[in-house]
Amino acid sequence: MPRARRRRLVTDPLVWGIIALALLVALMPTTAPVFAWAFPDVQPPVYGISSFLDLLLAHAAIVAESSAVSTVIAIGLAVLVTRPQGRAFRPMLDTIATIGQSFPPVAILALAVPAVGYGALPTLCALTIYGLLPIIENTLAGLESVPPATREAAEAMGMTKLQLLRHVELPLAAPVILAGVRTSVIINIGTAAIGSTVGAVTLGTPIIDGLVSDKLPYVLQGAVVTALFAILADSGFERLAQRLRVPPA
Amino acid sequence: MIELRNVVKEYGGKRVVDDVSFTVGRGQFCVLVGSSGSGKSTTLKLVNRLVPLTSGAIRVGGEDIAQVPPEALRRRIGYAIQSIGLFPHWSVERNIATVPRLLKWPEARIAERVRDLMALVRLEEEHRRKYPHQLSGGQQQRVGLARALAADPEVLLMDEPLGALDPITRQALADELARIHAATGKTILFVTHDMDEALRLADIVAILHDGQLVQFGSPRDILEHPAGDFVRDLVGRSEAGLKLLALSPVSERLRRGEISAGEPVDPALSLRDALAQMILRRADRLPVADAEGGVAGSVLLADLVR
Repeated sequence: MPRARRRRLVTDPLVWGIIALALLVALMPTTAPVFAWAFPDVQPPVYGISSFLDLLLAHAAIVAESSAVSTVIAIGLAVLVTRPQGRAFRPMLDTIATIGQSFPPVAILALAVPAVGYGALPTLCALTIYGLLPIIENTLAGLESVPPATREAAEAMGMTKLQLLRHVELPLAAPVILAGVRTSVIINIGTAAIGSTVGAVTLGTPIIDGLVSDKLPYVLQGAVVTALFAILADSGFERLAQRLRVPPA
Repeated sequence: MIELRNVVKEYGGKRVVDDVSFTVGRGQFCVLVGSSGSGKSTTLKLVNRLVPLTSGAIRVGGEDIAQVPPEALRRRIGYAIQSIGLFPHWSVERNIATVPRLLKWPEARIAERVRDLMALVRLEEEHRRKYPHQLSGGQQQRVGLARALAADPEVLLMDEPLGALDPITRQALADELARIHAATGKTILFVTHDMDEALRLADIVAILHDGQLVQFGSPRDILEHPAGDFVRDLVGRSEAGLKLLALSPVSERLRRGEISAGEPVDPALSLRDALAQMILRRADRLPVADAEGGVAGSVLLADLVR
């Protein structure tokens, strides 16, 4: 590895953040004496039904799956309603997006349970639906920000509608779309924790457990790991956004 | 090469292009002039089907454009607009290669073509990997021109390509365009609202007013026999004489062997600029240089008004 690149890695806060999260998750059991001293009534002092590594991985998987599905659906819908054939559906999508945004995520979660039962599935459904909205809005805004002259030039060069979308519209809209995905993922990392109320195994499980059985350390442990995870995901997106910026400085 | 027959374009019942017919020969530089709303841009966009015809017919290279799929037609016709038409997320190289890539040329051929075109439009090699926003307005326009020429189209359409430039860059690029036209022999249809630009560049000028073709002829034709008051106003009534002088070079009125005092002028200098020189030098004659750097003869004030 060249020295400059190694130095960049060493001074990269994102790398340190990932190391911190890994250490926190791996070494959580060793913090038992600290929690035992601070909360002598709680036994055991560290949440132990599942390991924090398993919780983190399950949490990440739920967020990744739901975000991937909502990204595909949201971009697809936004692209459809900006085509001449789908333009009629534009106001409808706008309305649904606005109404959907005003629903609290917990409400969607509560509605999902009677539909699909307890477990990870209602959480996945709720996250997917809730994650659609920021991506739809940003994709619409991004596609609309493509200058008409650029679009006209692309058509005049002989691009088909599909080539125009693939080579010009989507790449130019990409930074704005990515910002939407970022918002969606960050919201979902938080909302996934609430998924534990309907039986999904996530970093929210120790939090809910702690709240129900009045064990504050579990709440703290779950919350710190969730927060660090959200912060890291956000910086990861920041990094991606920098790479997408046109042109590379 | 480009033939318009009774071309009509209506938008919601309003005729934007009203029964326009003209023919541009192979290798000709035709300039469409008119004020905004005259239908000149619309006429241009009818040719590559960016705008669909209401009625009439257009032939390019003898082929009815209605019979050619629009994408195939457009890949055969170069198109240049103001610099904002460049793709901001692509490098200069990638922008120029747009149509060759659509036509799936092999990479090596594309690279060679990009190099040749950058030389043709006089863009330095160092700009190859830059992005449009890192270039000056004039350079961006050169990229636009190279992109339009990339797949070696027989016909070039240009919609006010110099519109967004400052006067000096504009003049320099207009000269460059004239040079490229002479070097490539492309048939060009060029839209502008600037009559002087039209007279300087055109072999043939089409003047549009309210969607109708009011005059179609050579720059000299238009200056000497303007068709009605509208054209007379457009060429600038009293200035028309000077513009006429601007069309011919000094070499046309050269008196061989006559000697005059002072610095000899270039034989390619326009008669208008020669007149300006006479006024500045307070002289009624100018020496004219020959190709070897000597003096070929003189041009006289009296000969300018012949």
